[in-house]
Amino acid sequence: MTVEATSARGPETLPQVVIRFAGDSGDGMQLVGDRFTELSAMFGNDLATLPDFPAEIRAPAGTIAGVSAFQVHISDHDIVTPGDTPNVLVAMNPAALKANLRDLAPGSTLLINADTFEQRNLDKAGYAQNPLNDGSLAAFRVYEIPMTSITVEATKPLGVKPRDAERSKNFFALGLICWMYTRPTEPLVDWIKKRFASRPEVFEANVAAFRAGFNFGETAELFDHAFEIKPAPLPPGEYRQITGNVALSYGLVAAAQAAKLPLFYASYPITPASDILHELSKLKNFGVKTLQAEDEISAAGIAIGAAFAGNLAITGTSGPGVDLKSEAVGLAVSLELPMIVIDVQRGGPSTGLPTKTEQADLLLAMYGRHGEAPLPIVAASSPSDCFAAAFEAARIAIKYRTPVMLLTDGYLANGAEPWVLPDVDALPDISVPFATEPNHGDEFWPYLRDPETLARPWAIPGTPGLMHRVGGIEKEDGTGNISYDPENHDRMTRLRAAKVAGIANDIPLVDVDDPGGADFLVLSWGGTWGATTEATRRIRLRGKLIAHAHLRHLNPFPRDLGEVLHRYSKVLVPELNLGQLSKLVRAEFLVDAQSYTRVAGVPFHAAEIENKILEMMQS
Amino acid sequence: MTEGTGNGAGTSVKLARKDFQSDQEVRWCPGCGDYGILTAIQLLLPETGVKPENLVFVSGIGCAARLPYYMNTYGVHSIHGRAPAVATGVALARPDLDVWVIGGDGDMLSIGGNHLIHALRRNVNLKILMFNNQIYGLTKGQYSPTSEVGKITKSTPFGSLDHPFNPVSIALGAEASFVARTHDMDRKHMTEMFRRAHEHQGAAFVEVYQNCNVFNDGAFDTILNKDARPDMLIDLKHGQPVRFGTEGQHGVMMNAFGEAKIVEVADVGEDKLVVHDETRVDPSLAFALSRLADHPETPTPVGVFRAVDRPAYGASMQQQLVAAVERSGPGDLRALLRSAPTWTVE
Repeated sequence: MTVEATSARGPETLPQVVIRFAGDSGDGMQLVGDRFTELSAMFGNDLATLPDFPAEIRAPAGTIAGVSAFQVHISDHDIVTPGDTPNVLVAMNPAALKANLRDLAPGSTLLINADTFEQRNLDKAGYAQNPLNDGSLAAFRVYEIPMTSITVEATKPLGVKPRDAERSKNFFALGLICWMYTRPTEPLVDWIKKRFASRPEVFEANVAAFRAGFNFGETAELFDHAFEIKPAPLPPGEYRQITGNVALSYGLVAAAQAAKLPLFYASYPITPASDILHELSKLKNFGVKTLQAEDEISAAGIAIGAAFAGNLAITGTSGPGVDLKSEAVGLAVSLELPMIVIDVQRGGPSTGLPTKTEQADLLLAMYGRHGEAPLPIVAASSPSDCFAAAFEAARIAIKYRTPVMLLTDGYLANGAEPWVLPDVDALPDISVPFATEPNHGDEFWPYLRDPETLARPWAIPGTPGLMHRVGGIEKEDGTGNISYDPENHDRMTRLRAAKVAGIANDIPLVDVDDPGGADFLVLSWGGTWGATTEATRRIRLRGKLIAHAHLRHLNPFPRDLGEVLHRYSKVLVPELNLGQLSKLVRAEFLVDAQSYTRVAGVPFHAAEIENKILEMMQS
Repeated sequence: MTEGTGNGAGTSVKLARKDFQSDQEVRWCPGCGDYGILTAIQLLLPETGVKPENLVFVSGIGCAARLPYYMNTYGVHSIHGRAPAVATGVALARPDLDVWVIGGDGDMLSIGGNHLIHALRRNVNLKILMFNNQIYGLTKGQYSPTSEVGKITKSTPFGSLDHPFNPVSIALGAEASFVARTHDMDRKHMTEMFRRAHEHQGAAFVEVYQNCNVFNDGAFDTILNKDARPDMLIDLKHGQPVRFGTEGQHGVMMNAFGEAKIVEVADVGEDKLVVHDETRVDPSLAFALSRLADHPETPTPVGVFRAVDRPAYGASMQQQLVAAVERSGPGDLRALLRSAPTWTVE
């Protein structure tokens, strides 16, 4: 890996930088964001990303609705969020500038594709005057760069038509950023070569544009020096970059191997969960079966059938799909079969904000079925943590023969971070034996429970002598035969609840991050882990005491949660909903937990939580 | 466990009807047509050589859907309309099993219509028996998607406005690879249709006209009364001209529009009659025959409309897994985690 020479003055070292690439949906911003992330990961920085794209595949070009952005935070130290506010904004057109400017602090750097700031684009973005000329950007360090024309010029010798050449301007922007932050260039050129192997003219144009951008930074004398963010001293290990949806998919495959079960994934395309289906459908040589069902309900039904037949069965979706699956999930609760229901949460209600993040499905997961239908809920806390969360969901589902709701969200699904690869040989064995023998004299009772876990036997078709019928009608305790007996229904309802509640004895106690002496606890769950962790770090840097606990298990809660909450005089629960976890802990533990909520479709800024904590500390 | 053809594998021990009967009391109304259908299934199974443990009966909700409880096999009584989906999961997870789907007209054509057509389209290896009694029985007598226009029921006191489905036409429209119709008054015919369905590799759809003696008694009397049958049932026989009537005096002829029309053989001559061919890949002939009776009140075809070879979904799915292993070797989790560039921090 080589780092190309920069200007004479040599780079200035920075501890971290937050860069946002913003352009039209067709401008390839996600692609260059991904590439910059990969280069930085390989370089050894810690990092976190936040892709932010519209639901429309190609909203009208040049409009605010069509703006697609990718934010990446790179650092020389351990970081946990994609950054509150960008230090650098790359704006490929007026709409990208307008849509993103409000997130920037004064003094930030703007790299603007000046070619696009002509009347038509300014009109589309709703600018009455050209912001490059009216002084409205005076608070920022603005670099106006004719990115399109330089790209066209640079690719001319290759015989590329100007229209095609323009498409490479994202690589120009990437080249410039790579110069500014002293990134290694060779891996990128190799990547372009591989990606466009079948289209040499595109490969050459993109490389030419990339080099033009890099050289522009070095020679244009706009910038007096470059910057450098040194590698972060991450814990030793082998790393890769990973997104939440890919980590989750791998976690399921690992769990299937650890459970010695074939994996069956049934799903219906839905943003932002579809990538799990895409990822798993590639893995046929792992024996993974995937089916794109005719609808969400069918996907859940197919998973139930596969579970009955002895597979590790999973259905994945987002909130609207969970609504549709709820009757089938209730059936799985009643059948007491292992199954994982993945909810990659997005903004709701209804279609809501398909590509934006939210964590407003907790109460849906908890209570979104008719009757008393409890199920365990597991939530992932970061993109790479989706691997471990998926594995844990599978462990619980299999051991307790229950559907498990696995919650992630749009930010975790598409966000990326470095991941220290787990030792696959050290993964625990989570297999359970299928029933093979009668369990009640010479009879087989499908609802005779394990006294410890309260799980019923899993007897799969093909097993001689254990033929049995299960169904959604209430079952007699033990025999599993249809029963309308009132006392039996009361008993079975309590047994199903006790089985799920008992899982509290099989999960870790709350992991409280409290250096000692704090009387203020922040309680977080799911994708707010990063912002909450960063906020509490900042509070401690201010010399104040604060404790932080993060929940992986939302049902049942860790068995000491009530006791932990009561240890603190102040409890704050930040959530991307209107206070769902806070409602649960208040109801369950009679604790005066304060709620801090945002539902803006984006992750919390650490500063928002930090300010809320400070405000509460003063009151 | 993953190989197999879905006929449940043979056995050397001869089983009997009682081996397929569960210990549960059958709770349909006395006189219900479902009894005869259950008996036909339980009498057929010992002849097929399938072992009880390799059978799975999956149902949704409704009177018919209680059938799995009465079978000494594996069974799932699932939720309304979703039986084809649940059964698809069973059959694809385990192509070695012999999976049957039992349901009524409301279950399979109303709330579950979508799952039915997609199971048929995919050709999942399922034996799908739809008991059609043209009424909602379990909810005590509302009109169903197969009830005739004008039907007076509790939910249509002034007569139903809904045009009914013809279930065989629906199945053929979904290009089901096996489609048959039978009725609960003729156990021999029923058994034969179930046997043919069982032998078929892929999705087999059998519509069974079934009398609900409580809420829709006599719905099929016009065609199923013993005296009426010769002139009202058109018994389809593969490779033979389509004829019916006590003396075979009626027949079926195709007109210039590709429509099947009932004619008098004496008028047109036998060589003008259509010769039934259940193996035609194009479902047009079978569809035309299914349109002969818009509703079972005029001469109505029964028997096998269509039986064609098409790869069963479960087998194809299995082949993709095998091919993937041949192409890339068995999956290696360690390597998978390293499928993107990696770096080491010392």
